[in-house]
Amino acid sequence: MRSTRCAAMTLTSVLALGALTACAGTDGDDAAPAGDSEATTTLRVVSLIPGSEQEAFDAFDERVAQFEDLNPDIDIEAVEYEWRATTFAAQLAGGTLPDVYEIPLTDAKTLIENGQLADVDEQFQALEYADDFNETLLDAGKGEDGKVYAIPAKSIYGVALHYNRAMFEQAGLDPDQPPTTWDEVRDAAKAIKDATGQAGFATMAANNTGGWQLAAATYSRGGRVQEAGDDGTYTATLDNDGTREALQFLHDLRWEDDSVLADTTLDWSTINQAFAGGQTAMYTSGSDVLTSLIETNGLDSADYGLTAIPVDGDDAGVLVGGTLAAVNVKADDAVKDAAVRWIDFFYLSKLLDEEQAVADAEVRADNGQAVGTPVLPIFSREQYELSLEWVADYINVPLEQMVGYTDVMFDQPVVGEPSRSTQETYGALDTVVQAVLTDDNADIDALLETANTQVQALLDEG
Amino acid sequence: MTTPDVTRGRAPAPEPTPVRRRRSPAAWVRRGGLSALVFALPLLLVFGVFSWLPIGRAVLMSFQETNLITTTWVGLDNFRAVFADPLLPQALRNTAWFAVLALLFGYPVPLVAAVLMSDVRRLKGLFSALAYLPVVVPPVVAVLLWKFFYDPRPEGVFNSILGWLGAGPFPWLQDQTWAMPSLVLEATWAAAGGTVIIYLAALTSVPAELYDAAEVDGASIWRKIWHVTLPHLRGVLLITLILQVIGTAQVFLEPYLFTGGGPANATLTILLLIYRYAFGQSLGADYGQATALSLLLAVLLAVASLAYFRLTRRWSTS
Repeated sequence: MRSTRCAAMTLTSVLALGALTACAGTDGDDAAPAGDSEATTTLRVVSLIPGSEQEAFDAFDERVAQFEDLNPDIDIEAVEYEWRATTFAAQLAGGTLPDVYEIPLTDAKTLIENGQLADVDEQFQALEYADDFNETLLDAGKGEDGKVYAIPAKSIYGVALHYNRAMFEQAGLDPDQPPTTWDEVRDAAKAIKDATGQAGFATMAANNTGGWQLAAATYSRGGRVQEAGDDGTYTATLDNDGTREALQFLHDLRWEDDSVLADTTLDWSTINQAFAGGQTAMYTSGSDVLTSLIETNGLDSADYGLTAIPVDGDDAGVLVGGTLAAVNVKADDAVKDAAVRWIDFFYLSKLLDEEQAVADAEVRADNGQAVGTPVLPIFSREQYELSLEWVADYINVPLEQMVGYTDVMFDQPVVGEPSRSTQETYGALDTVVQAVLTDDNADIDALLETANTQVQALLDEG
Repeated sequence: MTTPDVTRGRAPAPEPTPVRRRRSPAAWVRRGGLSALVFALPLLLVFGVFSWLPIGRAVLMSFQETNLITTTWVGLDNFRAVFADPLLPQALRNTAWFAVLALLFGYPVPLVAAVLMSDVRRLKGLFSALAYLPVVVPPVVAVLLWKFFYDPRPEGVFNSILGWLGAGPFPWLQDQTWAMPSLVLEATWAAAGGTVIIYLAALTSVPAELYDAAEVDGASIWRKIWHVTLPHLRGVLLITLILQVIGTAQVFLEPYLFTGGGPANATLTILLLIYRYAFGQSLGADYGQATALSLLLAVLLAVASLAYFRLTRRWSTS
């Protein structure tokens, strides 16, 4: 009996110790990995969206190897990552975010204000080209103290119209003459639906992306969803004519033509899937989305077409957004130094240095990844065009199928996203988009009035 | 043990009230108290760290505004904000609607299935396995599968089948009226198996003689169910009912995975609203509001459960 009791006590003590050890493990993550020499800094960086193609990971790994050759004191650990506002705060607090991560331009100010990004001003100012950035873009990553917390990186996009050339041909439409007005988009969508049975047009409608694209559609019709007052106050203007027209457009496609994809759960990634899978012929999203369509959805770019979003009316413009690289607020100086060196190498040097531009393009092209996807310049237009000349031999995206966009991308007036309560504004508009797509009798005016009241209350809270 | 007998020769004294003696620590150890504690320690630790600590933290958080990096005390502001949210009444209505639909469809289905299966002589094991199979399917897989079934196009799985019968096509999840019943249908399919097994186990406790006696008295199958089966299942039925009510009040998985609360908030439930507060829209993440609403829900369910048990104590067989 006594020996059984002893055995039981030993066993439970071991279990308890195990549980305690497991609990203690979380704190251990912050410590330097065992075996690291003093001189080596381990840097955890974002790689690609989970589920990306193996070739894309191979290309990334090659670039990591090149970086580590140049920086033997830095050990890169790649982490698959997709920006999600839903889990960001918990990941940050839980210590599971990498040291370098990508954030949308839209959310930078909020994250800085919340104290969720590291101050990298010192490291940033040490970059030779610190003064060459597009000022407006750089401002998006600065705090009220004027310091840099996030660096423009990866890509800056304008919202554009993406279309499937093969489906255009099946419907008897000329893929080299894509629609240039919203009426033409509607006609093309109807023709495609009639000819192929698949949706001619689709719109994002969930996870705040419905509101994001409705804002883009509003801008393209000359409307705005928010106005800034001189006294620092903000007014919600969701019930403007541009938004009303954009919603009426969706309503007509859904209930009169039945040519829109009836799925109110589509967001940025699922609409990419739907487009790559041939479920829709057209949709609007950032001009740089082809890179992800190839990396993540295995799209064959032979059927891909890109054209400018129709811009119609006074004060009409193109919604722009982009990606900034930021450093974990918990990073120490050594990690911040390493982080900015990585951001310099991986995101920016290819735009400024011919050797790096070629090295990056070569790796990407060898692994079947997109090179030359049209984006808006992080530095100057001249620098952007120069960087494209450097990699001209490696460009593998069908630029001739994108002239509808590239011919006008520098001429279209650009408009930034609403600067206050952005995600909340988009969330409120999601509901309106969903209502219009699921209710033939949806009262657009009433829906917009409700959403406007809701958002104004948030803006008033500050 | 050695107390002198002072009562001898006198009138019988009233029964002495038993005195609870203080046990010394050594005696406590000798009697196995330490082993019991050591046995319980891992459970207490794990339960404390992963269950009670977060609950306590959540209660604190409901009085704070925090993004987990910076925290300030805000008193009852979170509760005020929750009550002022125009989406709260809608979430309450939707959750109640889900609960009503789940009670209408989800509650009787397992009972009927269990009663029918208990009457089957052959292949009872096979039927039990088939009934339980949906419970084994991982919920996310099940939802993805049903999303595919619910394709609103005429060539969707359900619409194709109904099309052969001349019905539809139905919009399923893409309609504000249809979305919630569609979720309940899948939820019933997914959860019924577990309840069927509970009922089947309870049915084995019904003495066979009662059925025989009822049969001798000429009772029909419905009278046997009404007068023999159901009275014996009463305790289990009451428990499964309260469990179902608690479960439906906390429904999250189906609306989150199927519709994200849409279309146009038609399937926004209380738990999904809590999720939205915590993670949905604000980068600062309104953990305070989320925990405030969680706390309110927990209190409401606790009070409702207590009231339910008090009201039904008379009916319970236990």
